[in-house]
Amino acid sequence: MASIESMAANFRRLDQFARADTAMHRLDARAKVMATLAFIVVVASFDRYTVAALLPFFIFPIVLAALGKLPTAYVARNVAVAIPFALAIGLFNPLFDQQVLFKLGSIPISAGWISCLSIVVRAVLTLSAALILIGVTGFPAVCEALERLGMPKVLAMQMQFLYRYLFVLIEDTRRSARALELRSCGRSPRLPTVASLIGFLLLRTWQRADRIHMAMLARAYRGDFHSRKVGNFGSGEVAFVAGWLVLFGLLRVYDASQLLGALVGRALP
Amino acid sequence: MSHHLVELKRLGHVYPDGTAALSEVSLRITHGECVAVIGANGAGKSTLLLHLNGCLVASSGEVRVGDFPLTRATLPQIRRTVGMVFQDPDDQLFMPTVLDDVAFGPLNLGLPPAEAEERSRDALALVGAWHLRDKPPYLLSGGEKKRVAIATVLAMSPDILVLDEPTSGLDPFARRQLMALLKDFRHTRIIASHDLDLVMDLCERTVVLHDGRVAADGETRELFRDDALLAQCRLEKPFSMQGCPVCGVVRRIA
Repeated sequence: MASIESMAANFRRLDQFARADTAMHRLDARAKVMATLAFIVVVASFDRYTVAALLPFFIFPIVLAALGKLPTAYVARNVAVAIPFALAIGLFNPLFDQQVLFKLGSIPISAGWISCLSIVVRAVLTLSAALILIGVTGFPAVCEALERLGMPKVLAMQMQFLYRYLFVLIEDTRRSARALELRSCGRSPRLPTVASLIGFLLLRTWQRADRIHMAMLARAYRGDFHSRKVGNFGSGEVAFVAGWLVLFGLLRVYDASQLLGALVGRALP
Repeated sequence: MSHHLVELKRLGHVYPDGTAALSEVSLRITHGECVAVIGANGAGKSTLLLHLNGCLVASSGEVRVGDFPLTRATLPQIRRTVGMVFQDPDDQLFMPTVLDDVAFGPLNLGLPPAEAEERSRDALALVGAWHLRDKPPYLLSGGEKKRVAIATVLAMSPDILVLDEPTSGLDPFARRQLMALLKDFRHTRIIASHDLDLVMDLCERTVVLHDGRVAADGETRELFRDDALLAQCRLEKPFSMQGCPVCGVVRRIA
């Protein structure tokens, strides 16, 4: 139950960060969404044995988080949660791909280890970028931007509702879980009990969805979501997107890590 | 003025599982009236209210709002006329921020964004919640949620307000605030409530439902004096009509 509560608190914090007011927050959501999508595509486009060339890309999440005043510890903690999942995907690579690429001292490093590491680095890059995007924009604004960039309306609406009612569902779950715990007298609940609790949560959610739909119909809803906001995609937004696109292009073509290494190598005798 | 009229003619409703929630309910509520619908749990109050703007469809009988019978064709017009405030404000507040939520209705009516925002501002100011405009709904207190939910409906400038349990779950101060607000409205108001003191304060007329039928319909004070009726419908006198518990105890001791 503590984990449900901390999850809710964690979520609320992200929402709070999104309501701050920095230059990064004021930027039109579409610009940030476009830059982040480009970032994810470029990071994903690298060869599977790439590690070093990916590292310079950390500049994007770092700059965004710094300008948006997101606490590093918060981002790091939430991205760290996802690392085991990325590891699970790359876990078998060292077993299947045992060709030795190079030796670190006397330890042979196989291609599998490198591709596994590459997966983890990419996961950290893309996840932190997505998390920071939401942290400096707010989930509803991201949905709206995606919709205005061409995502189907229905999908955008579903995402909005998911976000809004996640908080209500978490509250609901927390209450049910607490009631269960109080009457379990310290014993861990049996599987059928938990199953029926989850079943009732589902049914209650269903009923609520019905009531929300009624409330929407009662307010003249006819299938279209209208937005109050008028977008403001000015020169600042164009410069933001163009600047990042150029940087991503350069980093994709030139391996900045290698160049830096060569420079340092030349400087040191 | 006739569009402020609500009329039910021998309304009946049977739920899909066979429960007859309403039968032979006939009512006529005229312009500017404030009418309470009271009754025990399961007497059919909420079911009745849901018929008033077509959320539920009558199994038998007829609902008329203004000059129109409630049909599929007149539904949009009727939903504009009848503003419904639901019992659980969490069902009613589904947009990311309070202002977005209040503007939802006016935008659906096809108003340009600037005007929708103006109307939303007026509605929020009226319920004293303008300062909450940028907050997400989950950060509001119970009383704030209720007031915002009422604003979402007011922003559509309805002629008739239907409220389901407006004061449930509110602290005494928030309840007083809300009652003062409702008292000032000039709309036709239909309020379902277990808060019988609220009914005494706000509504001149009361309809008592019992097992899906109208058990009584008349002047509020008259009805609350009828002990036999109240007992039969599992109701009690409002506290304001009962003796003072403190004075009573003191007198007995003396």
